[in-house]
Amino acid sequence: MYAEAVGDIIARHPEPDGQVAAILEDIQKKYRHLPEEALHIVAEKLGLPLPQLYGVATFYTGFSLSPKGEHVVCVCHGTTCHVKGAKLLSEHLEKEFGVKAGQTTADGAFTLEVVRCLGCCSLAPVVSVDGKTYGGVKRGQVPELLADWKGGR
Amino acid sequence: MATEAVGLKNLEQQGLRTLYPGKTKISVGMATCGRAAGAEAVYRLFQEEIAGRNLDIALNATGCLGFCQQEPLVLVQSPGGPRFVYGRVDQKLVLQVLEGLVNGNLPDDSLLIRVYEDDVLVTGEKIILTEHPAEASMLAQIPFYGSQVKVATRNCGYIDPASIAEYAARGGYRALQQALRLKPDQIIAEVAGSGLRGRGGGGFPTGEKWAFTRKAHGQTKYVICNADEGDPGAYMDRSILEGDPHSVLEGMVIGGYAVGARTGIIYVRAEYPLAVTTIQEAIRQAEQHGFLGANILDSGFDFHIKVVKGQGAFVCGEETALISAIEGRMGDPRPRPPFPAEQGLWGKPTCVNNVETWVNVPPIVMLGSQWFTAMGTASSKGTKVFSLVGDIQNNGLVEVPMGTTLRRIVYEIGGGTGYFDLKAVQTGGPSGGCIPAEIIDIPVDYEALARVGTIMGSGGMVVMDERTCMVDVARFFLGFTNDESCGKCLPCREGTRQMLDILNRVCAGEAEMQDLTLLEQLAGAVRDTSLCGLGQTAPSPVLSTLKYFRDEYEAHIRDHFCPAGVCPDLFQLTIDPEACQGCTRCAKVCPQGAISGAKGEKFSLDQGKCTRCRACIGVCRHWAVKVVPREVQP
Repeated sequence: MYAEAVGDIIARHPEPDGQVAAILEDIQKKYRHLPEEALHIVAEKLGLPLPQLYGVATFYTGFSLSPKGEHVVCVCHGTTCHVKGAKLLSEHLEKEFGVKAGQTTADGAFTLEVVRCLGCCSLAPVVSVDGKTYGGVKRGQVPELLADWKGGR
Repeated sequence: MATEAVGLKNLEQQGLRTLYPGKTKISVGMATCGRAAGAEAVYRLFQEEIAGRNLDIALNATGCLGFCQQEPLVLVQSPGGPRFVYGRVDQKLVLQVLEGLVNGNLPDDSLLIRVYEDDVLVTGEKIILTEHPAEASMLAQIPFYGSQVKVATRNCGYIDPASIAEYAARGGYRALQQALRLKPDQIIAEVAGSGLRGRGGGGFPTGEKWAFTRKAHGQTKYVICNADEGDPGAYMDRSILEGDPHSVLEGMVIGGYAVGARTGIIYVRAEYPLAVTTIQEAIRQAEQHGFLGANILDSGFDFHIKVVKGQGAFVCGEETALISAIEGRMGDPRPRPPFPAEQGLWGKPTCVNNVETWVNVPPIVMLGSQWFTAMGTASSKGTKVFSLVGDIQNNGLVEVPMGTTLRRIVYEIGGGTGYFDLKAVQTGGPSGGCIPAEIIDIPVDYEALARVGTIMGSGGMVVMDERTCMVDVARFFLGFTNDESCGKCLPCREGTRQMLDILNRVCAGEAEMQDLTLLEQLAGAVRDTSLCGLGQTAPSPVLSTLKYFRDEYEAHIRDHFCPAGVCPDLFQLTIDPEACQGCTRCAKVCPQGAISGAKGEKFSLDQGKCTRCRACIGVCRHWAVKVVPREVQP
């Protein structure tokens, strides 16, 4: 079922040198994870050993072998956010979602992640949802912040 | 050649017309931090209101002016008048500014500064907006900017990053034009003579690195821009990529010409989506105008740049790991030598420099090495950008000459820590250490920082006040490096895990005194035997906090007490009846309703309900909320 779509993605990256991660990123974006079958197709088309792709798929935090939620909520745990109470904030979100960091809610709507510095340290603590950054997040603001993303967009 | 000179001149003219249009211009700081503070809504409202009121005003986006504390920042400039810089702009202020423009009376609320002239660094020109009255505040006269010298961040917050013309109007691409008339060895000599050292953390002399790559055998060579800014607490590279992308490209083309490379790669972390799209757009424009691609400025030199996105691995900031990642493999480092200058990307000679290093190149080429060596200390030349963040009044990106004292950065530029006393300044991220408040008079240069047990690193400067537990900070960094260790070599993979275990025990009050000796031994072994910089420097946060804050470790172990009140099992909060003024602030912020009392009376705290979140400490202005050892349960 993936052959055509993955083929299209590979075709969008005509110079395969240095583009492996970019191809996998597009696949990840489309399916919200890297399906095993898709990795087989990439390996075959690019003439790369499957273990190399498996290595890449599991080494980088941007890739996942199991599907991520529709929205990815990242709580920044950089130094400044840590000092400014990021740990309490992510514990609060874990309660809110009923999942641990790294997991996805049962309805598949949200994946909660902890990331190492989004580079907005002056606004710590910082949370991002699908790449949109929120600064100076207080626990009380979480429901309001999530309301933007609930029930589809 | 005549044609390229005309091309650049035209571009400059075009840029000047948008930088200084013959009508009022409003610029909104739209880097990631500005957006996170609400700049998009501010921009949209300006857009709607300008259209709705049919005003003849130019509106555009700019990068980060560095004063992140005051985001969203808005610049308002009318012909013949100064530029007004407003901070913390909200909907109300947007409307006030527009009213003010109509009736000729701009508001004073939230006005940070008036700017009367612009310096163009690479040409030495001054552009006078209007004569400034003697008493007027200029950029240089407010403390946050007073001690700053902007070289690497020379255009951030001035230009529209999406406009190559505005970059040219600030003297951009002139250095490239000049460099292409020089011999590569002359450029390398100039860069070497400037004393420029790697701004990513290593501090290796840039000129030497270029010379090695130039001398290395082989037809195919590469230059790489390391934009995998993984140090938590550092974001100057993001800010430069988002605010002044062409300066990075210009530096890389000059570097490519000097070392004999025809391909450049920017490896930028995927956590920086705006930086990625900004630099991609800049590449497209530079190609279109002949600053990139085939036969650059009719010189016969070809150079192409492409962007590779990093998918999230801290170790990829290490150059050999970064090269593995670009090659489409796991980002694990390999032993050096051979250095990338001899065998790098695809086995070819490769010169890797970080973003801030590359952007220093064009001014050095234009203004000469002596201009650069006039700034800094004996061994550290030029300026350095720091992200001054944490428990500090004015947080933001600051650029100062090397050798500026830490005190000046924290107190003069940063405005100090505010209500709580300074405890330490952390530099160098997970590879650095904590500098205690007592030695804050040290000058900031590569060697002075190394002497006190930390490193320059990429420029993260996290200020910590007395509410910070230094054991917890060490544990935080060890948790980070243990997580990010690629697992290839044993000392780093297992050593950081064992160190983290000990620190977890210390923070839980379950450690014994001899654990500290073991911790020090482990730290020494990991430092001395790890394969790459990640492991070799991972013990630094532990060693520096053990050196300066050993009493805190001992209090955790001996007294089962975390004096800063961070480690949740090792303290409790109480309200000191002597100090309490009954102001109600603590009770209002307590999310658990654990604090009770009547206004004007002494408040009390219910230990059963308290979760030790410390919200009350932050708001009490009478030092009444105390951190005390936990009562032992009978």
